[in-house]
Amino acid sequence: MSIALFPHRLALRQALARLTAKPLATFLSALVVAIALSLPALGLVLMDNLGGLARGVSGKPEISAFLKREVSAEQAQRVENRLQADKRIAALRFVPRDLALKQLAARGGFADVSGALVENPLPDAFIIEPTGENPAVFEAIRTALAAMPEVAHVQLDSAWVERLHAAVELGRWSMLLLAGLLGAALVIVTFNTIRLQILTQRHEITVSLLLGATRNFVRRPFLYFGLLQGLLGGLVAWALVEGVMALIAPRIEDLARSYNIVLDLHGPTPLQAAGLLAFAALLGWLGAGLSVRRHLHDGAVD
Amino acid sequence: MIRFERVTKRYPGGHEALADVSFEIRHGELVVLGGHSGAGKSTLIKLIAALEKPTAGKVWVSGQDVGSLRPNQVPYLRRSLGLVMQEHRLLTDRTVFDNVMLPLLVTGYPPKDAAKRVRVALDKVGMGAFEQVMPMTLSGGEQHRVAIARAIVNRPSVLIADEPTAHLDPAYAREIAALFRSFHQAGVTILLATHDETLFSPYGSRRIELDHGRLVA
Ligand SMILES: Nc1ncnc2c1ncn2[C@@H]1O[C@H](COP(=O)(O)OP(=O)(O)OP(=O)(O)O)[C@@H](O)[C@H]1O
Ligand SMILES: [Mg+2]
Repeated sequence: MSIALFPHRLALRQALARLTAKPLATFLSALVVAIALSLPALGLVLMDNLGGLARGVSGKPEISAFLKREVSAEQAQRVENRLQADKRIAALRFVPRDLALKQLAARGGFADVSGALVENPLPDAFIIEPTGENPAVFEAIRTALAAMPEVAHVQLDSAWVERLHAAVELGRWSMLLLAGLLGAALVIVTFNTIRLQILTQRHEITVSLLLGATRNFVRRPFLYFGLLQGLLGGLVAWALVEGVMALIAPRIEDLARSYNIVLDLHGPTPLQAAGLLAFAALLGWLGAGLSVRRHLHDGAVD
Repeated sequence: MIRFERVTKRYPGGHEALADVSFEIRHGELVVLGGHSGAGKSTLIKLIAALEKPTAGKVWVSGQDVGSLRPNQVPYLRRSLGLVMQEHRLLTDRTVFDNVMLPLLVTGYPPKDAAKRVRVALDKVGMGAFEQVMPMTLSGGEQHRVAIARAIVNRPSVLIADEPTAHLDPAYAREIAALFRSFHQAGVTILLATHDETLFSPYGSRRIELDHGRLVA
């Protein structure tokens, strides 16, 4: 077994030696790979988070009814009593305008704005959870609410959930497309790196072939080099994604909370991270393979 | 062992380097290949090592038709030959030891025994003390000897050398000639291309001579 693996160990050692021989160049190449990959990776992780949100909410759809500004507290109380009597409504939550503003003010930056406001611009609202999941029932509740004189506007939350869902799906596809485009760019970058390596090592390649090296023997270190460089880039990309997520997640969660949405953003799952690394390594291998196929042909031996 | 059958080699551009060449080298022979500069000596050696393909005719090495070898068979042909090319082609960024190690590395030779073999080969050419030296700091004659050590480290049954004594002063040249003689006495088949006709005549060698690509003797 050790004899059969020996050429691979050797090639891996050679590839590692080439990587460590020029640490700065290696680091910069890895960074290029990482930056190109981190953009779609970050996008996909965010889409994944939002997708989970859309799925979580759509299991329990809500209807929001915003009351007219001039509706008094007693009138609001009467609406609440009427709604509570309705058998089609499973749960009911009243969000008074003061509370809504306070929640808004609690988020940093908004405090100044709310302090500067002469009047609270937010309306009172009811958040309603219908019984069952029959869309016809939702629609019936919606029309009933819209018909009430105290109600200014009714919003079926499943509508924005659906819209969010579609947006997330669109975002995911865009990110995959972007990943494909940047992936192609990475293949080209590796292709060129390996081309330069083959040029500078032309003499060694010629001598090795003269001494009876097989083409595979000559090829292997370049392939491993491409693989390792891709893997390294993938690792850096992973770190970048984790870093950016750690940086922006609290801000997005705060922002979401101001819309009464509880978000718990997470970085890439282990499976997603593994996929990122595998994708990066595969691109490196591919670029190296294409380069070797192209450039080892034209008379490495004279 | 090595047989040329009406071999013609025309390079792209039309120059005919070899014309209708036929000869045979038998196992254990020491053959000296003579001829003026440009006569076609290097071309003949390149055909044996499958570095070039014949335009017409056949080249046989150990019963194999070299011209019809598949690309993945060529490395195994080269491993059976010890080659010392005209330009010695040592790797300048590696020590003498690593240069001689290269053929063993390339063939996946067990690394444990490899070091021992490298030392034996270096001792045979009298370069045992230069293991850790970089090739560029060696004299021309010493570099030649390292190249020869690299050619014999795989213990080939055929040793082929292109001008191994060129650019050497006479004392060095005689040393190298004696080295080949000792390999010959150990049973290795040897083909040497050289201008220096007198150098190998005392060793009972056979001569073949090229003139403008044609065999004249
Ligand atoms: N790759 C090539 N392409 C075109 N012509 C070539 C090539 N290699 C050699 N030749 C020509 O073929 C002829 C024979 O060359 P070769 O190198 O075999 O001669 P040689 O006998 O080894 O000469 P020398 O003693 O100077 O080394 C020469 O005229 C040379 O110019
Ligand atoms: Mg020559």
